Amino acid sequence: MNVEFKNINKHFGPVHANVDINLNIQSGSIQGILGENGAGKSTLMKILSGFIQPDSGGIYLDGKAVLIDSPADAIKYGIGMLHQDPLDFPPMRLIENFIVGQRGGLVPSYKETIKEFKELQSRFGFSLNPEAYVDTLTVGERQQLEILRLLWMGASALILDEPTTGISAQQKEKLFAALKILAEQGKTIIFVSHKLEDVEILCSKVAILRKGYLVGEVPSPYDTDQLVEMMFGKVISLGDRNTVAQNDVVFELRDLFVEHYPLKIENVNFQLRSGEVIGLAGMEGSGQDVLLRACVGLLRPVSGKVIVKGKDLTNKNYLEFMQNEVSFLPASRLEEGLVPGLSLAEHFTIAGEEKKGLFIDKEYFREKAENMIDEYHIIGRSDSTVESLSGGNQQRAALALLKKSLSIILLEHPTRGLDIESAIYMWGKLKERCLQGCSIFFISGDLEEILQYSDRILVFFSGHVSPPLDAATTSLEQLGQLIGGKGWDQVFEIKENYESNANT
Amino acid sequence: MSGDIILFGLAGVIASGAPIVIAVIGETLTERAGVINLSLNGVILLSAMIGFWVAVETDSLFFGFLAGMVVGALVSTIVAFSSITLKQSQVAVGFILAITCRDLAYFLGNPIMGSQGPIMLSTSIPLLKDIPILGRLLFQQSLMTYLSIIMIGIAWFWIFKTRPGLMLQGIGEKPAAAYVRGANVQKMRYFYTIVGGALVGLAGPLYTLSVKPGWKGTITGLDGIGWIVLAITIFGGWNPIRAAFGAYLFAFLQWLGLVLQPYMTSIPSQVLQVAPFPLMILALLFVNMGNTEWMERLIASLPDTVRLGASKILRSMQSRQPGSLGTPFERQ
Ligand SMILES: Nc1ncnc2c1ncn2[C@@H]1O[C@H](COP(=O)(O)OP(=O)(O)OP(=O)(O)O)[C@@H](O)[C@H]1O
Ligand SMILES: [Mg+2]
Repeated sequence: MNVEFKNINKHFGPVHANVDINLNIQSGSIQGILGENGAGKSTLMKILSGFIQPDSGGIYLDGKAVLIDSPADAIKYGIGMLHQDPLDFPPMRLIENFIVGQRGGLVPSYKETIKEFKELQSRFGFSLNPEAYVDTLTVGERQQLEILRLLWMGASALILDEPTTGISAQQKEKLFAALKILAEQGKTIIFVSHKLEDVEILCSKVAILRKGYLVGEVPSPYDTDQLVEMMFGKVISLGDRNTVAQNDVVFELRDLFVEHYPLKIENVNFQLRSGEVIGLAGMEGSGQDVLLRACVGLLRPVSGKVIVKGKDLTNKNYLEFMQNEVSFLPASRLEEGLVPGLSLAEHFTIAGEEKKGLFIDKEYFREKAENMIDEYHIIGRSDSTVESLSGGNQQRAALALLKKSLSIILLEHPTRGLDIESAIYMWGKLKERCLQGCSIFFISGDLEEILQYSDRILVFFSGHVSPPLDAATTSLEQLGQLIGGKGWDQVFEIKENYESNANT
Repeated sequence: MSGDIILFGLAGVIASGAPIVIAVIGETLTERAGVINLSLNGVILLSAMIGFWVAVETDSLFFGFLAGMVVGALVSTIVAFSSITLKQSQVAVGFILAITCRDLAYFLGNPIMGSQGPIMLSTSIPLLKDIPILGRLLFQQSLMTYLSIIMIGIAWFWIFKTRPGLMLQGIGEKPAAAYVRGANVQKMRYFYTIVGGALVGLAGPLYTLSVKPGWKGTITGLDGIGWIVLAITIFGGWNPIRAAFGAYLFAFLQWLGLVLQPYMTSIPSQVLQVAPFPLMILALLFVNMGNTEWMERLIASLPDTVRLGASKILRSMQSRQPGSLGTPFERQ
């Protein structure tokens, strides 16, 4: 299906999120959409899928003007969208999620649907269990489910809004293979991302948005520097690796044993020094998140000790960790990190360390929020509710909310959803804290990020934890193999040495 | 007490549980769509009075029940309009309506206080009524009691087995996700709020025309039933079958209170009257045991085959509130 946007405009209050956008997408092609955080990518895609309505402008499918007033209309025209924040039903079973919204008789036959589902997924090499509850699936698996569901609904144009931010390298490979198959079948694929390398290997053409404007279209092959310049209006380079770790130990795990079905993580020993950054690498669900939660009292270890600045905090709850200047920023920002419905100023009021009196000094916190908005380059205003921010800006807000006086910060995917410039900026902010002696412990699915910013790395593979590897001497290939379970013999050797050293 | 009397009493429990069952099913449907209709205590009273009045005037049970449903549907339309369209607080609107409708019932019902009205008699079902025990228990009841039993099955089937029912679950869970799947969230919420309200409105005349015949103003003894229905909806985990068990358990405990009173003179009668509530809470705790950490540990330590089964059972027992209950949905 040929998809064409003509003169699309969309305002959100004072924000002009899409300005006169004209874009033509050929059927059977994979079109990339690039742009920094808040550029208006999701807005444009939500307009095509009927989730929001444009102020002016029109959509043409195969040359015919169509009115897409709701998602129901979009479905009718064969447009399906995978949203940036998953829109599925976590407490329901996978197969129920698959059936909801599909046309058919009053009583759907689960048996038959499961059979058809299995057939469909085998064509793409997915292996989901139709009986599983969706809240037990990884983000990547939930995406696979959504894609299958959309296809089964008869989508001939498929929009994917940042599908590669939360998934493992393997899942990404599968996803890309599936998308290529679909494009060959003549389906139109729109792929939104700010990961240049993904767009470069997948898309035959990219459109670049900046501050609501379509600034240009580029066909493959691409010149990365040119793309970056178009996205940000300037050239951007990664800073040098630098390390500011000191020698005093601020955090220690001793013989830690955590269990979280089906994972068992045994015998974790290591020390975090002040100013040090430790990256946790591994495929999603290999135990990084479990260990991180055990480090801040959100999961009770079976045995072993968690020691913060010389104090034994084993079996204490998160509150007590917080009182000891430890803070944790989880991955699901809207579910665990931010409070939907509250404005930025209100968030700073709740999270503030100052002015704890009974009455709120509104003016003070409005100013504070505005300062933070400037400092962290958040696109939004002090009275914007957090859910009205673009995905990347929510992440910036979450980071801006971290208290000033912290000695240990634990982060889950700190730059997920951020564009390159913001990611670099954010790490600059974090490293500033390191200079003041703060230590960081973070999970990331992006191995380059881990290599670039950590001093040492812990690698996870199905509950096994490597001893800390020196990031300066580890290569990307090596890390890639380790998280896939290869090359561990060598690691165990290091581990034995490390442990015998630690004992003597 | 002879066996016969017990059987007679239990059959009475099923009959007196019928209006609670119907109202609980109505509220369950409404809340499944994400709307809390708090007005039901007043609605039951108002529809009880008006339904009785209409039945007296027309000398027709059918019109009496119909009038009750219309009252329920109208009041719930107000709830729907103010909470879904005007996006006002569902709790505040429902609460005010609960009080207003109750007072209206007492005030407007004065003229027919103590009037004689038609009473729904039981209709035995041939053959089935002769089955030992069960026949007496289930098949010598009134038509409305049969209807209440059938409705449990229909509502359960609708919510959990049909396509629209699945969408209903989705709308209550995460309206935005239902919306992108093509649902008209606002329209569906209206629909289920009004249908649910009509069922609640059916419970009223079921009291005044059958279970507790006649309208006697404040001493009719229906004040409070609506709050109980609300509690049972929650304890029933938004599942019609479990909710029906709750309704019958409640009717049974009430009956037990009445029966035991003469034997237990040392216990104040109030204790027996309120006992059903703490007992229901205990039942809820028991049912939600699967959420606790020690239970999860215990299950994780079981061998694989047992574990899967056990966690499935526990999961099916847990009651989870529909994720979006009480929150309006705004398309952007
Ligand atoms: N519902 C809304 N209400 C108010 N403002 C909104 C709303 N949705 C988006 N915006 C604003 O519109 C602009 C574009 O947002 P959009 O979500 O399209 O960005 P994006 O390109 O997808 O960014 P990201 O990469 O961070 O996801 C942002 O400034 C955002 O704050
Ligand atoms: Mg976006």
